[in-house]
Amino acid sequence: IAHLAMYLFAEFDDAANLLAANPDATTVSIDETVEIPKNQHSRLQEPGREEDDELLGTDDSDKTELLAGQKKSAPFWTFDYYQTFFDVDTYQVLDRIKGSVFPVPGKNFVRLYIRSNPDLYGPFWICATLVFTIAVSGNLSNFFIHLGKPTYHYVPEFRKVSIAATTIYAYAWLVPLALWGFLMWRNSKVMNIVSYSFLEIVCVYGYSLFIYIPTAILWIIPQEVVRWVLMIFSLCLSGSVLVMTFWPAVRDDNRRVALVTVGTIVLLHALLSVGCLAYFFDAPEVDVPAPIIPAQNGTVITKSQ
Amino acid sequence: FPGLTDVSISEDIPVEGQITVPVGSHSPDEEFSTLDEPVRDTIMRDLKAVGKKFVHVMYPKKSSALLRDWDLWGPLVLCVSLALMLQGGSADSKDDGGPQFAEVFVIIWFGAVVITLNSKLLGGTISFFQSLCVLGYCVMPLTVAMLVCRLVLLAGSGTISFIIRLIVVLAMFGWSTLASTAFLADSQPPNRKALVVYPIFLFYFVISWMILTFTPQ
Repeated sequence: IAHLAMYLFAEFDDAANLLAANPDATTVSIDETVEIPKNQHSRLQEPGREEDDELLGTDDSDKTELLAGQKKSAPFWTFDYYQTFFDVDTYQVLDRIKGSVFPVPGKNFVRLYIRSNPDLYGPFWICATLVFTIAVSGNLSNFFIHLGKPTYHYVPEFRKVSIAATTIYAYAWLVPLALWGFLMWRNSKVMNIVSYSFLEIVCVYGYSLFIYIPTAILWIIPQEVVRWVLMIFSLCLSGSVLVMTFWPAVRDDNRRVALVTVGTIVLLHALLSVGCLAYFFDAPEVDVPAPIIPAQNGTVITKSQ
Repeated sequence: FPGLTDVSISEDIPVEGQITVPVGSHSPDEEFSTLDEPVRDTIMRDLKAVGKKFVHVMYPKKSSALLRDWDLWGPLVLCVSLALMLQGGSADSKDDGGPQFAEVFVIIWFGAVVITLNSKLLGGTISFFQSLCVLGYCVMPLTVAMLVCRLVLLAGSGTISFIIRLIVVLAMFGWSTLASTAFLADSQPPNRKALVVYPIFLFYFVISWMILTFTPQ
């Protein structure tokens, strides 16, 4: 707190010096983030926060704040309002997908790729693809696992599509809602540097689910070890995208609250993948070495499944 | 008007002519009212329009006839027949069977609406019902595939029949996707074409999956 007080006094000194040097200059306050021209804002910036520049892209956030203010001006009952959420080109969507699959350590997905242009195209269609991929792959893997058995009759298991759809869309939209509400609540108590809009959180969650699409296809392989290795790998990749996005948002908060928040994010993500694997994909049969049964005439017969 | 009181037309010069302004294009519908024609003519005209669109789907060329005179009769007939043919799938329990009639219906119509909204939100210039019309008519190759699959399954359900069904469904899936893309891709902004084509691909893939995994009782 003493440090903070010293910083504040230093700023007042700077402002007083500036004012004394140029009496006609208007005083600026930190609240006016939109009207402050860029060079004055960077002068008031506290030193020692360079690491935030990488994560925040502070130079861009000024421009993007201005742009964001100009963009979404249509009232919410018009079609044009929703068109602003689909203002992405093919290469932008591909870039965002690439950023979610290859997370660069230290780079924030939202600041690097979203840049105040959150889109709903990616989250919606990635979730739709994931729903059908999980349902189809689960069906295929069950088919291959039970293929040789004489009592097996193939069923399409179409009910599982609706269950998959409910689960994945609920995860991709309700968890961001809860997280956004929680971050807003903490923001009112603790002044955080980073705060995300609801759509940006939905965007991060939607794009982070992309890695599960190839994972679900590879889960057709009927080996338990392979499936668990794949799951842990994809969980690490998408979890790291989420952690690197949300850690700067809760870092300034109480240590315990920050750790619990990030831990809950990772835990829910893990629950989703474990639940999908357990429910949609039957366990592959394991060939156990059979007990050796001595037959009556002295020869040894082994029974295998 | 004081200056006009002297104007008079000589009586030797006949004054005649047409007052009506000739219209550029005379569409045949405006020449007579369709209220008095026999019912058979009305029905035949609509049936011919639907049939013409089926032919357009079978040989997808870039023609605007499909887009200009949209109608939803064809998609409705195709959707209902596809949903009816997908009935009667086997089920050990109620939960494990194939899609029910309502599920197929909802998937086709809701999927078509979502794809249309998607293309409009991305900046497409096509109208809502035109897009629904194209997506519905392009389900026709998959309906033909369903018919072929049911016939093949009558003969037997071994590996050979599965391979035949797989080839037929794959070919019809490709045909549907290419036909609808040929009609819809031009109305999209050029740097977003892939974003619009992918949901169409997903839509027909789901329908093809439902057709391929159909197993009779």
